[in-house]
Amino acid sequence: MIAVQEVTKRFGATPALDAVSLTVRSGTTHVLLGSSGSGKSTLLRLILGLIWPDAGSVRVDGTPVEPATRDGLLARMGYVVQDGGLYPHLTAFANVALAAEAQRWAPARIAARVGELADLAGLDGAMLRRYPRELSGGQRQRVGLMRALVLDPPILLLDEPLGALDPIVRAELQEQLAALFARLAKTVVLVTHDIREAARLGQAITLLTGGRVVQHGTFRDLAERPASPFVTQFLTAQTVEMPGSPPGARTGG
Amino acid sequence: MRALSRSTLGGAALAAILLGAAGAGAAPDGVIRVGSKSFTESYILAEVAAQIIEQVGEARVERRVGLGGTGLTYRALESGAIDLYPEYTGTLALVLLKDASLATPEAIRERLRPGGLTVSASLGFVNTYALAVRADAAERLGLRTIGDLARHPELRAAFSSGFLEREDGWPGLRARYGLTLARVEVMEHALTYRAIASGQVDVMDVFSTDGQLERLKLLLLDDDRHFFPDYSAVLLARREMTERYPRTWARLREVLEGRLDAARMARLNAMADLDGRRVSEVAAVFLGRAVPAGTGRGREILAELGSLTMDHLVLVLVAVGVAIVLGIPMGIVAARHRRTGQLELSVIAMLQTVPALALLMFMIPLFGIGKGPALVALSLYALLPIARNTYAGLIAIDRTLLEIAGVLRLAPLRRLLRIELPLAAISIMAGIKTAAVTTVGTATLAAFIGGGGYGALIVRGLALDDTATILAGAAPAAAMALAFHALFELADRVLVPRGLR
Repeated sequence: MIAVQEVTKRFGATPALDAVSLTVRSGTTHVLLGSSGSGKSTLLRLILGLIWPDAGSVRVDGTPVEPATRDGLLARMGYVVQDGGLYPHLTAFANVALAAEAQRWAPARIAARVGELADLAGLDGAMLRRYPRELSGGQRQRVGLMRALVLDPPILLLDEPLGALDPIVRAELQEQLAALFARLAKTVVLVTHDIREAARLGQAITLLTGGRVVQHGTFRDLAERPASPFVTQFLTAQTVEMPGSPPGARTGG
Repeated sequence: MRALSRSTLGGAALAAILLGAAGAGAAPDGVIRVGSKSFTESYILAEVAAQIIEQVGEARVERRVGLGGTGLTYRALESGAIDLYPEYTGTLALVLLKDASLATPEAIRERLRPGGLTVSASLGFVNTYALAVRADAAERLGLRTIGDLARHPELRAAFSSGFLEREDGWPGLRARYGLTLARVEVMEHALTYRAIASGQVDVMDVFSTDGQLERLKLLLLDDDRHFFPDYSAVLLARREMTERYPRTWARLREVLEGRLDAARMARLNAMADLDGRRVSEVAAVFLGRAVPAGTGRGREILAELGSLTMDHLVLVLVAVGVAIVLGIPMGIVAARHRRTGQLELSVIAMLQTVPALALLMFMIPLFGIGKGPALVALSLYALLPIARNTYAGLIAIDRTLLEIAGVLRLAPLRRLLRIELPLAAISIMAGIKTAAVTTVGTATLAAFIGGGGYGALIVRGLALDDTATILAGAAPAAAMALAFHALFELADRVLVPRGLR
């Protein structure tokens, strides 16, 4: 469980987050939804211990995220960013293997684990020898996901993972992610500005704007019982299909 | 402050490494090191002395000729990097000992004794400073004495830097004669001859035994107020050497003292300057020895080129190697600690603004002359592009990629070697390439402090006013720079990770 309590974070005078609280239940996928500048990525970075709050606290399974506990907590988290965040000078395989190498795994064990993950992510083994720029956007994103999963962490944090993809690939990957999250039973926090993605993947959604929480709930809660006119405005600003519509349907993002 | 102490450590390490390589200090037994300044007469006298020493056979000879300037050569003698070189009484009295009352070799010898140096008696000729103008211009303007210049402030003068600054040169002369030349420029002597011949310059400083005066139809202006002191040529030597090799010193004095009058010296200078004969040949002619047959200056240069290329290559490779070993860590430290890093980079940048030749001169009191000090100076020069490009390459890395390295829990060293340095590789390689290519050029200056390399030919060519010799040094240096450039293009393919190209 990830518990965020009354967290405030300022960059200069502007508060990026203003007394934000939320709870992510273990084994569920929680979407942080909002437009750019809403503070959703800042929240993710606070959970990772990449930045520290000015006030309030973040706890992961009861352990406060602090400089002293950061390393131990990171061992339990995988992190995926937009377009994969791959190292351009390393092959896909080497990118995925990095964290395992750092833990001094034997090469054979690493190779076996990477093969396993390639199957899981639906990536052709031959692609692993390629460098990131020789891969498509979707392939890079799969490699990024594999890299986050290599040590099999219980928590997965994704920052706009599909943001750089074209709509078709994006829809396809959304389906696969949904299936994957369900199968792996990870605690997932996913940041997106895409309503469709939030609807498809999020068992719980937190809608943020201007560094404040507007509403917590399921997609249906947000759609049917909006906490403020902003919620409806945000949802209708993008064309949305409700969960259950056919995969591959083209929507704006 | 950790960054500072680390870079200080780096500096100390550099000094230690290069001190070891410098090998400055007292001459090893059995060797007499003969030095000279970089003008024809000095080369010839040094070569004559070297051949005499070889004839006596008491000691072997090492030639460290063509050193860049009076102060430098004198310091080289004081420090024991050379044992002997030709000097002039006027220079000794006014420039080196700064006492105008020291008029004779005997008085100078007394003064030098406590410092462990000595001089021979006069070699016979006086080579004084003089001002020269074109003979046709002198006639047209009615110039006969230096004082006549006062009537023509529009004349353009070009003086060697030594003359321009020495008290017994232009500053004193101008005061004595009340001269107000509007345009006075500093110019390398060899170039001034061409400029005055082609009419771009009207007045220049020369030596009265100059072999070029006749050919270029230059007229010496009369020093009717007797400003220029007596510049009798002498041999200046370390007493330690004269005592250890008494027969050699006696023979040098016997053969040279009082044996060279001005006309004879001018003829010897002309043989080298005008007839293009090798300095060793000119010296042999003076000593009445058989001249080795069938070799001209061209052959001599060809024979030398191999060893000069090796010299030059060693200078460049060692200097750039040291700069890589020190510069990359300095760049890393600067990128880690941005504020002290800026200070560190500013200090290195400041070193870069010191003219290369001046930096080489600063090395003399610390490391003597030769390859060692040249390497220290060249390494310091090569440091900036490498350290700065390492820094620039590291700070340009996408912050997200660095954060991910933290999230993947890569240890600092693994993160540096596996992620940061490879990502900065293009920038670092560009820095090393810049350092290597510019060092090939800068290394030609090493010859001024006896560091060898292609610069030896350039210095000698300048002294002998021989374009072919200058080109024989400059062209291979340019070729080497191009070769390095090409080599690095290849190295890029190996050293820059494939995914980044």
